Amino acid sequence: MCLAIPGRIESVSQDALGPTAHVRFGGVERAVSLAFVPEATIGDWVLVHVGFAISRLDEEEAARTLALFDEIEMDPPGGEA
Amino acid sequence: MHQLLEQVVFPILGGPPLADRHDGAPVASDVPGSLVLTTDSFVVRPLFFPGGDIGTLSVCGTINDLAMCGASAEALTLSMILGEGLEIAVLERVLHGVRSAADRAGVSIVTGDTKVVDGGASGDLFLNTAGLGRRVAPRAIRPGNIRPGDVVLVSGDLGRHGIAVLSARESLGLEGELDSDVANLWPQVAALLDAGVDVHCLRDLTRGGLAAAVTELAEARGLEFELLEERVPVNDVVRGVCELLGFDPLNIACEGRFLLVTTAEDAERAIAALEASGGAPALVGRVRDSGPGRVRLVTGIGTTRLLDLPAGDPLPRIC
Amino acid sequence: MKYLDEYRAGDRIRRVAREIEALVTRPWTLMEVCGGQTQSIVRYGIDLLLPECVTLIHGPGCPVCVTPAEDIDAALALARRPSVILCSFGDMLRVPGSETDLLSVKAEGGDVRVVYSPLDAVVIAEQNPDRDVVFFAVGFETTAPASAAAIERAERLGLERFSALVSHVRVPPALTSILEAPDNRVQGILAAGHVCTIMGTEEYERLVERHRVPIVVTGFEPLDLMWGIRSCLSQLEVGRAEVENRYARTVRSSGNPAARACMERVFEIVAWPWRGLGRMPAGGLALRPAYHRFDARRRFEWVTPRPRPATECRSGEVLRGVLKPPDCPAFGEACTPDHPLGAPMVSSEGACAAYFRYRGAELGDVHE
Repeated sequence: MCLAIPGRIESVSQDALGPTAHVRFGGVERAVSLAFVPEATIGDWVLVHVGFAISRLDEEEAARTLALFDEIEMDPPGGEA
Repeated sequence: MHQLLEQVVFPILGGPPLADRHDGAPVASDVPGSLVLTTDSFVVRPLFFPGGDIGTLSVCGTINDLAMCGASAEALTLSMILGEGLEIAVLERVLHGVRSAADRAGVSIVTGDTKVVDGGASGDLFLNTAGLGRRVAPRAIRPGNIRPGDVVLVSGDLGRHGIAVLSARESLGLEGELDSDVANLWPQVAALLDAGVDVHCLRDLTRGGLAAAVTELAEARGLEFELLEERVPVNDVVRGVCELLGFDPLNIACEGRFLLVTTAEDAERAIAALEASGGAPALVGRVRDSGPGRVRLVTGIGTTRLLDLPAGDPLPRIC
Repeated sequence: MKYLDEYRAGDRIRRVAREIEALVTRPWTLMEVCGGQTQSIVRYGIDLLLPECVTLIHGPGCPVCVTPAEDIDAALALARRPSVILCSFGDMLRVPGSETDLLSVKAEGGDVRVVYSPLDAVVIAEQNPDRDVVFFAVGFETTAPASAAAIERAERLGLERFSALVSHVRVPPALTSILEAPDNRVQGILAAGHVCTIMGTEEYERLVERHRVPIVVTGFEPLDLMWGIRSCLSQLEVGRAEVENRYARTVRSSGNPAARACMERVFEIVAWPWRGLGRMPAGGLALRPAYHRFDARRRFEWVTPRPRPATECRSGEVLRGVLKPPDCPAFGEACTPDHPLGAPMVSSEGACAAYFRYRGAELGDVHE
C-alpha cells in the first residue's frame, strides 16, 4: 500500500493532461505525474507511487530527525527513553 | 525449475557427471587438456534488448558454461527452431549477433541445424547450442572442491541483464543506461588460472541471480554459505530500478558475471587478477564450517536471515 | 540512494534498539498495518532486534491478499477474451482466484500485461484503439487516486474502449474491525505511512478516542519502523494513547488534498467483501455513476466459477493478526509459495510468504 520511493525531480513539463516530471531514482529516470503535487519543481525530492508523486519530501524535517538519531548515546540500557 | 530437476530429471537420468550439477562435463577423462562438453538452450523474450540479443546470448552463454569448468571453448554448434511466421530480417539480425559474438571470442560455429515449425507466431525463435572445449585449469573445477572457510567472490556488479530484458519486454518507461551485461567470461577465468589462483568452483550467475547460484552450491555441498548484503555490488541503474519496482538485486539475472569460490588466502590474488582483466570484483561471502546446505544473509543493518529463492521471475510490485 | 540509505544505517538502527530495550518493562503487542511494512520487518529481521516481550502482529494491509477471489476470477475471465488486454500490477499475477491465476492465463495465451502505473494502461489503450483495455484497479488509498487520475485521463482522451475492474479497499474499517473483535490482542498500531500520505492522520483521532490505542504513523525503511515501534511502546509504557506522526518527512496531518479530491471525484465508498475477512462496511471503492461507462463490470458479462469449499487456509486469522503464519498447521507443509492455499502465501508481501521467504520453513535457528 506501500511501495513508494523518493526521487529527485530533474525536469518538469506541462502538457494538455497536466504537469509531468522526470524523476531520478539512483541511476534511472522515469516520467512521473505531478497531478497531486503540482507545486513541485526541479531539485525537489518527491515520493513516487505507481508513477505519481504523492508527496514532496520535507528535507529539513528529514535532516532534523536523522540528527536526533545520531545523538542517541550508545550507552548500556538506562539511557533516555 | 529447481524442483523439476531434483524430483523428475535427475532421478531418471542421474549419475555422475550429471549428478555433479555443474555447467559442463568432461568427456572420457578429466585432466588438463581433456575435452569438456556443454549444452544450452535460449528462449529469451524479447529477442532483442539493450546491449544484446538472443544470438549474442547463445554464444556467450555457451562459452561461459565451458569457462565455468575451466575450459576454453574451441567449437560451438547452433540449432535453431523457427516459427514459420518469423521474418527473415529478424533471423538475419539474430545471426549477425551470433556471428559477431563468435568472432569476438575467436570461436567458430562448426555445425548446426534448422527446423521450421508450423503455426509459429512471428516472434518464435529458439536456439540450442553445444560447446566443445578443452580444459585449461590444472585441477578440475567443480562444486565438490568447496571447503569450509572458502570465500565467495563475484566478478562484477549484479543484475544488469535481467533489468535490460525486463525493460525491453514490458513498457515500464525506464530511462537510463539499461544495457545487459552479456559478455564472454573466458578472459577473466583465464586470468585467474594464469595467476595461479586455487579455483575451487566457478558458477555463472544467470537466471535467479547470485541467490540461485549460491543456493545451488550450498545444497550441492551440504555446507552453509554466508553472504554479506553490504558487500554485494550493484550499480546505480540496477539499484534504482530494483527500489522502484520492489526487486531484490540478489535475484536478478546476469549474463556476464560469475562467482568464484576459492581459499581465503587466494582472495587478494583473485581480486587482482580479475581487476587486471577489466572486472570489478568483490568479496561477498564465505563458506561456513558445516551444514545444513543453505545460505544465510547478513543484512545491510546487521541482522541475519535465511536466503530463500522466490517462486518465479521477479514481477514489479505496488506494495 | 538519498532518503533511503540513511534509513538503513545499522548504527542508527542499533541506537534505537537500545532505547527500546531500555524503555520496555512489560509485554506489548503491536500491529503494523501495511504489507509493505511486514515485508520490511521480515526482510531486515526487525523483530529480531526487539525485546522478546514485544510482539509484532502483521495486519491485513496487503491489497493483493484481501482482493476478493471473485474479482480475480473476473480478471481471469476478461483476460481470456481475445479482444481484451488485461493490464495489472505485477503483485496480482500469481494470486489464485477460485481456480487459477493471471500468470497461468497469460501462459495459455491471454493478453495479460504487467504495468507499473495505471497511466501505462491508458497508454496501452491509446496504442490499441481496436482492443478493449481493462485495468485491474487494486490497492488501498495510496493507489486509488492514481487509478482515478488514469480513468479521468482516459475520459479526456476519449478512450471509450478503456475500462477499469475496480477492487480498491480502505484501511479504516479494517482497523475498526480488528480493534472491535472480541479476541483482539492489538495494543498499539503502526499506521501505514503511505496511506497516510494521501489520507492524512485526522481519521485516526476518532479511532484513538474510541479504542484508547496509540496509533503511530510509520514509514517502511528499517529505521522508520524502529522509530515507529519505539514511539508506540513509549506511549504504552506511560499509558498514553495518541496519534503520532513518525513519518513527517512525507506525511502531513492533512494528507494530500489533491489526491483525495481526485479519488472522491471518481470513486464512492461502498461495502466490500474482503478476502479472508468478510464483508467490510465502507471497506471498498466503486465508480461513481458519472464513470459507470468505464466500469468493466457493467461493460462485460462473464461466468465465474462457483466458490470453492473451505480449505485448511486460515488467512482470515492471519490477516486479523490472531494467528502468526508459522503457527498455522499448514505453514511450510501443505502451504508453501509453490503450492499456496491462500493469498497471504502468494503475494510477496503477504505475511505468510514473507515469513516463508525470509525465514525458511524452520525458524528460531537464525540467531547467533
